[in-house]
Amino acid sequence: MSGFLLRRILQMVLALLGVSIVVFALMHLVPGDPVRVALGTRFDQELYDALRERVGLDKPLIEQYFSWLGGALTGDLGVSFRNGQPVTTLIMERLPATITLAFAALAIALIVALPAGIISAVRSGSPLDYGVSAASQVGISMPDFWAGVMYILLFALTLSWLPSSGFTPFGDGVVEWARHLILPALTIGLISGSIITRFVRSAVLEALNQDYVLTARAKGLSEWQIVRRHVLPNSWIPIVTVVGLQLGFLLGGVVVVEVIFAWPGLGRLALVAVKDRDFTVLQGAVLYIAFMFLAINLVVDIIYARLDPRVRVS
Amino acid sequence: MSDAVQLDRLAEKPVSRTRETLQTLVANRLAVAGLVVLTLLVVIGIFGEAIAPYGINDIDIANRLQGPSGSHWFGTDDLGRDTLSRVLIAARVSLQVGFIAVGFAIAVGVPIGLVAGYYRGAVDSVLMRMMDVLFSFPAILLAIAILAVLGPGIGNAMIAIGIVYTPIFARITRGSVLVVSEEVYIRAARSLGATDGRIIFRHILPNVLAPIIVQTTLSLAFAILSEAALSFLGLGVQPPNPAWGRMLADGQDFFQQNPWMGIFPGLAILVTVMAFNFVGDGLRDALDPKQKSVIESRGQSA
Repeated sequence: MSGFLLRRILQMVLALLGVSIVVFALMHLVPGDPVRVALGTRFDQELYDALRERVGLDKPLIEQYFSWLGGALTGDLGVSFRNGQPVTTLIMERLPATITLAFAALAIALIVALPAGIISAVRSGSPLDYGVSAASQVGISMPDFWAGVMYILLFALTLSWLPSSGFTPFGDGVVEWARHLILPALTIGLISGSIITRFVRSAVLEALNQDYVLTARAKGLSEWQIVRRHVLPNSWIPIVTVVGLQLGFLLGGVVVVEVIFAWPGLGRLALVAVKDRDFTVLQGAVLYIAFMFLAINLVVDIIYARLDPRVRVS
Repeated sequence: MSDAVQLDRLAEKPVSRTRETLQTLVANRLAVAGLVVLTLLVVIGIFGEAIAPYGINDIDIANRLQGPSGSHWFGTDDLGRDTLSRVLIAARVSLQVGFIAVGFAIAVGVPIGLVAGYYRGAVDSVLMRMMDVLFSFPAILLAIAILAVLGPGIGNAMIAIGIVYTPIFARITRGSVLVVSEEVYIRAARSLGATDGRIIFRHILPNVLAPIIVQTTLSLAFAILSEAALSFLGLGVQPPNPAWGRMLADGQDFFQQNPWMGIFPGLAILVTVMAFNFVGDGLRDALDPKQKSVIESRGQSA
């Protein structure tokens, strides 16, 4: 196991290095002078000189990269071109909202997907199965931003049950926190759940076709006992994989939903940085999200290897 | 289809691969429905202006924000423009972005996969690690970051989406090449003195097309979703050109007065993406039953 772990961690470090090069290159591929572009009409010679020096644009590229990378490793991602705040602070401020939304959405996804996928596989071919498949097909094809806008229209503007946007920290009251969280979490949770449902269904279906299920049936076990004792334990691996992938996506790929619900998360930070041409913030946010994405993939692989020892050898 | 049924079929008479694929596809009602919708969409995409009852920018303030009616089937927007006409004409942009972006991903990704899988070793490692790096970003975020560099616009959106979907084609191609290049006919070709280029393009490529075709269809669905999301964010198609994502973004302030303005463009995206998914799933069952759904990339898409 330790050899496997070491190999996987090494792979992740390599991938992160690649990611850092791509992210660093972003700013340097912008045509022209990124600081000038970022300042735009707010140009001011003094500010310009200060920012250029801070970013180190006058130094050779390689030196810039390593000094940026060194900074990133010690938690210094530079300062925002826009307001001079440290990028790390901006990211840390946004992180709680992003994590809250990701886990709330994942909870909704699992609450929907596990029962739906299992029942749909056990009752394969029944009207219920077709119903679940149809619903998950719609969910998979649904644009998240459209779903979000429609929920706002229905639950916030028409019925006035829930607020249409914004975020309240947990500390300011659980009820308000939950009321703000429901719609964005539902928007991405149901889409994510549709994807997971398909995987759960096919994993359970595959396990149901194994010989040991036949044996269990021959022993006279009830259908639900078979599912609980023999099928589910053998279905976890693909399910864990897709859940991990989904969590990675939920932590970094919900830019549009964060924008619709004015949710102060990392994705929205990145988008605002693009609009403001605030490249240091964009670099920091993208680097951070990619890091979380890779870290979750690593965790998934470790769980995978624990569940299925064969993985460690290959 | 079960193995037994397939075996029976083989015993009856030899059927060409294409024919068998088509038969399986036609038997899949959802795939047929998807194909019908896609054909319709392509026709709408080509003849949009001729079919649309009004011009895309025919402003009629007196009739603004109306619900569906005999004269405006999908209602009108905040400037009194006909929503049906705009939805129809916007189909072209969505399909164009989808096809060109996925075409880009194939043009770059497939050769990378062919080379990596055929030559293996260091070439393989370097190329695939590069693809892994692109895979380390959530898709929409990578597209946004690329557009930050290139600047917003429809052409750049195509490039950005194309780059995002390149690694999946490289990976799928490489995986199939690894299997196919072990086949006896490849060794035979090599012993006859065929050049690498000839072996790759004449013998390997035709035999790895099935998973690539399936992935193309599914990627088209995701590419159209990505384009809609980017246009919604103001990074894709620019006004006054209509795009489904843009129509949703522009109409947001008016949905309370006229929800139809938001319902129809969203439905158009949903139906298009579903049609591609149905065809993709049907093709996968017909061409490549062993391949597991690549729906994870949906996780990478929206």
